[in-house]
Amino acid sequence: MSGFPILSLMLLVPLAAALACLYLDAKSARTVALLATLANLALGVVLWLNFDVGGAQWQFQERHELFSGFSYALGIDGIALLLIELSVFLMPICIGASWNSIEKRVGEYMAAFLLVETLMIGVFAAQDLFLFYMFFEAGLIPMYLIIGIWGGADRIYASYKFFLYTLLGSVLMLVAMLWMVHTAGTTFIPTLMTYDFDPQVQTWLWLAFFASFAVKMPMWPVHTWLPAAHVQAPTAGSVILAGVLLKMGGYGFIRFSLPMFPEASAYFAPLVWGLSMAAVVITSLIALVQDDMKKLIAYSSVAHMAVVTIGLFAFNPQGLEGSMLVMLSHGLVSGALFLCVGIIYDRLHTREISRYGGLAINMPRYALFFLLFTMASIGLPGTSGFVGEFLSLGGIYQASSWTALICTTGIILGAAYMLYLYRRVVFGDQKNADAAAMADLDLREYLMVIPLGLAVLWMGVYPESFIAPMRADIAALDARLARAEPEGDAKLAMGKEKPAHEEATAHEGAH
Amino acid sequence: MDWSQSLRLIAPEETLSIASLVLLLMAAWGGDKAAKLISVLAVAALVAAGILVAPALCGGAMGAETSAFFGQYRADAFASYAKILIYISAAVSLVVAPAYFDRFKAMRAEYPVLVLLAAIGMGMMVSATDLLTLYIGLEMNSLAAYVLAAFLRTDGRSAEAGLKYFVLGALASGILLFGMSLTYGFAGTTSFAGISASMAQGLSNGALFGIVFVFAGLAFKISAVPFHMWTPDVYEGAPTPVTTLFATAPKVAAMALTMRVAIEAFGDQAAAWQQIVVFAALASIVVGALGAIGQTNIKRLMAYSSINNVGFMLVGLAVATPQGVSAMLFYLAIYVAMSAGGFAVILMMKDADGNPVEELSKMAGLSRTRPGLALALAMVMFSLAGIPPMFGFWGKFLVFKAAVDGGMIALAAIGFAASVIGAFYYLKVVKVVYFDEPADVVKGESDVWHKLILVGSCVVISPLGFLLTKWLGHLTETAAAALYSGL
Repeated sequence: MSGFPILSLMLLVPLAAALACLYLDAKSARTVALLATLANLALGVVLWLNFDVGGAQWQFQERHELFSGFSYALGIDGIALLLIELSVFLMPICIGASWNSIEKRVGEYMAAFLLVETLMIGVFAAQDLFLFYMFFEAGLIPMYLIIGIWGGADRIYASYKFFLYTLLGSVLMLVAMLWMVHTAGTTFIPTLMTYDFDPQVQTWLWLAFFASFAVKMPMWPVHTWLPAAHVQAPTAGSVILAGVLLKMGGYGFIRFSLPMFPEASAYFAPLVWGLSMAAVVITSLIALVQDDMKKLIAYSSVAHMAVVTIGLFAFNPQGLEGSMLVMLSHGLVSGALFLCVGIIYDRLHTREISRYGGLAINMPRYALFFLLFTMASIGLPGTSGFVGEFLSLGGIYQASSWTALICTTGIILGAAYMLYLYRRVVFGDQKNADAAAMADLDLREYLMVIPLGLAVLWMGVYPESFIAPMRADIAALDARLARAEPEGDAKLAMGKEKPAHEEATAHEGAH
Repeated sequence: MDWSQSLRLIAPEETLSIASLVLLLMAAWGGDKAAKLISVLAVAALVAAGILVAPALCGGAMGAETSAFFGQYRADAFASYAKILIYISAAVSLVVAPAYFDRFKAMRAEYPVLVLLAAIGMGMMVSATDLLTLYIGLEMNSLAAYVLAAFLRTDGRSAEAGLKYFVLGALASGILLFGMSLTYGFAGTTSFAGISASMAQGLSNGALFGIVFVFAGLAFKISAVPFHMWTPDVYEGAPTPVTTLFATAPKVAAMALTMRVAIEAFGDQAAAWQQIVVFAALASIVVGALGAIGQTNIKRLMAYSSINNVGFMLVGLAVATPQGVSAMLFYLAIYVAMSAGGFAVILMMKDADGNPVEELSKMAGLSRTRPGLALALAMVMFSLAGIPPMFGFWGKFLVFKAAVDGGMIALAAIGFAASVIGAFYYLKVVKVVYFDEPADVVKGESDVWHKLILVGSCVVISPLGFLLTKWLGHLTETAAAALYSGL
């Protein structure tokens, strides 16, 4: 595989298909989009198979000095690999979710989605600071169009809010990037990750990056664009938004904020913990009182993302690995949940919870999958949600036991709102005749939910497949953070092993 | 320095002067029937002049051997860069004109001649190294521009635009002359080198007043806040091909002129004018953005957009480093491409009868009736807003990079944050074109020349434009170095 520009190819395939879709009619645009995303999925599989676990930190590197001021440099480590896999895995499902529900301007819609895929992969693969920024920002344009053209009734407001909120965060980040490049004299991300900036300045740089990533993540209290955007976006838009675009915030923290500004990260860790605690409790409570399904899941996303941030700012390998797993798991699960909402929305054209009820009777198979994803969202052992949340909370416990305590309530509250949602939609009486008449899953929908279900179980039962590629990278990051690590309040110490003979005597005494 | 050397250095101006005089005679005898032929010849003259200035730019001409007429005029790489942009802009406004004016039966033979005369004036502006050359160039350009603004004689709005432009332009020229006389009075010379030498010994209050007034006059010409009020009215009233010219060539000329005056004449007292420029930059960014939000006419919106963009360019000047100048020059090139593309779209929007459509509400849902046109408009808007990967981003990037490298981080942060306000109204255009229900007004056939200009500028502002960064970056650095070599 060495030398073959597979990352460029993965950028090129959806881009070329996007251009083609602009000129195609509805039917062929759908086919082209599906084929392109499947091709990219295949490339993703090849990428993973050829990724040398435990090998060089940066693999599949490409570098061309095409431009002045920055270079076209791609390359991935384990963290980026997993997020790329998530993107390419979700994309065919998004296309499938839009197969019938999008009827107007199909070519443009598919083009926008494929463009989003290109940009997402670009964000995770970029090794040049400004190249990263361009991919990061450019994603706004297609998402703005997707929400604005194919969204629900209040789409204009949502699209503006999405665009301007995220843009304001990003421009401050760009100023910080300019300063960093001016000081460090390079735009190459791996070099910057080991460059020691003056701790005084780090504070400002960290805040500028935080402005961007906190909005993207989104963290409370700058999360308000998310429910608006989710509710108005078409199903596939929500899937990709929750599944991958939110991960750009977490990826930003793990790639930039933590390794580049360790001192500032430690300095601001209590702020992040505070915001995360607030987010977990407040947004979970808000989710509890929603009567719009998509809004409920959107708020639950904010709560889950807060678990990601506490894991990231726990400054230990458990926390970091946990937050990565929460991100991957949340990508699958929230995507799947939005898909489940989309499936019944396509039939009844309402997201209001009270319009449904008793779906277990007429849609038993749907109820089964919905239950699986609900449980994964709650974090039931055996599903993907459990592993990540457990590691994340275990990590933060070492740093701040209060934060761990409060954030763990999120699991209880999460169970409350998810089960309450499930009960109202799937169990109970069939109050509404039209909801009772809905047909169960068809083949297309099976093809979408089964892979998601399998992935959720895989990640829950054998998370090692996902931890292995990133273990070395997390360890490197942890070593980098060690010098700034805040002293935890838990002060965990390994229990002293009792001497063998004492144990033996104790046994004898018991007899 | 002998006369032959001087005459050789001003070869592009000579070419254009002779061409414009010959074409004027042709216009007098040939009448309006010859208008198209004269246009073609005028474009040829511009191309010839462009070829004449190109060697100076590519060779990086600078220093004493580029100075003509005893320090009054300089044909260095900096001037050549600006001239090439000016000639391209002028050629664009000539190429797009016939299809527009034919509609009003107003394609007169004077139009290309006036554009040529304006181009000569603008060429002199960017080459001026003496306050008097500067003023002559400026007025030569302005006189032609006043007439061009009022070119649709039977149209009330056009006449109004011409009159407004004239009255306010004359006022600004007065302010500029006043500042120049103060500068002359305190420096004892009108040549930039002499002023610079005089100011190196210290700045008296009178000379400071001179600087302030000169900058006020120049701010009018580049339509920087607080001297921007004429811009929306003139842009809206003037015939669209003329607006295309106004948005591009005179902006380049006045901006380059401002750079030369600021760096070559007042460079030693940068602290005296930097705060003026910082204020004008931030005020232009904010006022341009806020003013545009309420606009319903796309030409007025483009006017505010140009005010906004001028603000971003001034950030580069405020830094007062070669890097800042080079960034501004790069921004100007991108800005010319964006404006040309934007006005080409405006020219192409016509209703079923061929009347121009300028109201934003009538463009609703353009993406469904004219997808290609809508895509081009969206590209221009995202590019003007500076959203990557559109090339417009690179201009903003460079000026703010220069600001950060020059230590003006607060300016960069505030300027960037204010650019988000601007994004709002660019998004509004995209929203109208893409999200709203079709109004189905835009139906007219597009002229092939308009299409060509549009496609050309869209290629430049598309992500493909980034491939130009190395080459164009080298040219702008050469030009900036030439500007600084005069010090």
